[in-house]
Amino acid sequence: MIYKASRWLGLTIFSMLIVIPTAIVVLGTFKTDLEIYDSPMALPLNWTLDNYRRLLDDGEILTNFKNSVFVTSLSVLITLILASMVSFAIARMMNVTGKVLFVLFSLGLAIPGQVNIIPIYLLFNDLGLTNTYHGLIAVNVVATLPISVFILTSFFKEIPNEMYEVASIDGATHFKVYRSIALPLSKPALGATSIFLFVICWNDLLFPLLLITESAKKTLPLALLDYRGEYATSFSMIFTAVLVASVPMVIMYLAMQKSFVAGLTAGAVKG
Amino acid sequence: MSLPALSLYVFLFLVPVLNNLRYALTKWDGIEEPVFVGLDNFKKLATDDDLATKVLGNNIEFMFWVVIFQTGFALLFATYLVRNTRTTLFFRTLFFFPTILSSVSVAMIWLFLYDPNYGAINTTFKKIGLDSFALNWLGSEDSALYAIIFVQVWFHTGQMMVIYIAGLQQIPAELYEAANVDGASRWQQFKSVTWPMALPTSAVVVAYTTIQSFRAFDLVYATTQGGPNNETSILTTMIFQTAFNEFRFGYAASQSIIMVIMIFLITGLQKRILRTRY
Repeated sequence: MIYKASRWLGLTIFSMLIVIPTAIVVLGTFKTDLEIYDSPMALPLNWTLDNYRRLLDDGEILTNFKNSVFVTSLSVLITLILASMVSFAIARMMNVTGKVLFVLFSLGLAIPGQVNIIPIYLLFNDLGLTNTYHGLIAVNVVATLPISVFILTSFFKEIPNEMYEVASIDGATHFKVYRSIALPLSKPALGATSIFLFVICWNDLLFPLLLITESAKKTLPLALLDYRGEYATSFSMIFTAVLVASVPMVIMYLAMQKSFVAGLTAGAVKG
Repeated sequence: MSLPALSLYVFLFLVPVLNNLRYALTKWDGIEEPVFVGLDNFKKLATDDDLATKVLGNNIEFMFWVVIFQTGFALLFATYLVRNTRTTLFFRTLFFFPTILSSVSVAMIWLFLYDPNYGAINTTFKKIGLDSFALNWLGSEDSALYAIIFVQVWFHTGQMMVIYIAGLQQIPAELYEAANVDGASRWQQFKSVTWPMALPTSAVVVAYTTIQSFRAFDLVYATTQGGPNNETSILTTMIFQTAFNEFRFGYAASQSIIMVIMIFLITGLQKRILRTRY
């Protein structure tokens, strides 16, 4: 009895803690500021798209959105390619080089990338890489390489050696074995890793904040910070921007829940 | 095949790590030539920097409460939702949902809820006549750090819960059946089966949550930027400020090295504690 009651009480409270703020934000995008402040939970008196219109008219949100899509997808793609290649090499090399490589990349797991903000900033300043997409993408790739190598190496090691050997006997090169055997077999692992990387890159604030100052080049999280300054206490506008920035993730999450949960926990457990 | 990844990694990770060590031994504004000062930065940090001491304390307090509450609630909800039914799947999906949002979005939502004048929390308190509960949550030195701790726990409990569920589902059902036969209560079952069997998972959750607490830059920066009066400043926000607001790059580099050492010490200590319990 007590157990059941406490179970439902606990589940209800935490559900409300998530549902209520979400409802406030979603409903708020159709309301005026006054309505949000007076009755945040109520349905809008007049459903209006004014906030969306205003955001599209005077903000750069579409540009920021495109920037985020561009930077995130390229970062994820390049990380996957580089990480899968190096992981394949580590998994196949039973010698010292493989071990050294693995230790080197593990070092990146132990030392958080945030430690490097100063040298990275100074280096990028010297090379003129601040305010460039390729600079930001390179930093994203390096920040997510260690965890990706870690996940993918353990996966490649699980593929039975015979699978590789058969191909090698047929005279396939290392690269061919990687492309035609390792990659197709590791689709689930690559999928989970890519979701994990996608969420990290899409949501990251630190590196864009460090490297991007031109407003036309800002990604969504960085732009959201600006909206907060610009619209000060106009939460209807801030909510609308938050919604626009979160919608891609939410849609992906609802469409592929299982892979999402698997991907994000693999990153945590293996990390 | 490993050359492309390796060269990028060396150039943008390993070399910067070494450069950081080099910078930490200098006094440098980023413009003029750096001046070598030996270990002076570390001496100053250890003996003559009240702000750094306070921030380190903040970070440890932040980590401590987040680890306690996030691990506790994650385990609690995992035990509630460990079986696979339609209802439990619904709650799991809901609880995991905040994890996919960006820290900045989460910050914006809670900036509204916590707003002293317009925020939903305070207007609700005022409506039901509990005016004295309507605090300046993020603006007052007494509550700001705890307000952010609450958001961090809200943000990531679902993710840790999912890790726990995966761990709890590995526990052999016979153990619970045996406990049932012996007439063990739910609490006794939890104490003598779930908790000991879940210790390896707890080790993962605690370690991850700890590192997360040191990396909480985005959330803190987007809510309070470390204010009021540095009450919510954690190591990463302090490093950012020292470098990019005060342009003391050498000093900031030494702070970031202290942060790495702290992370190593604390996660090492946790591993020891959890290992002796196995």
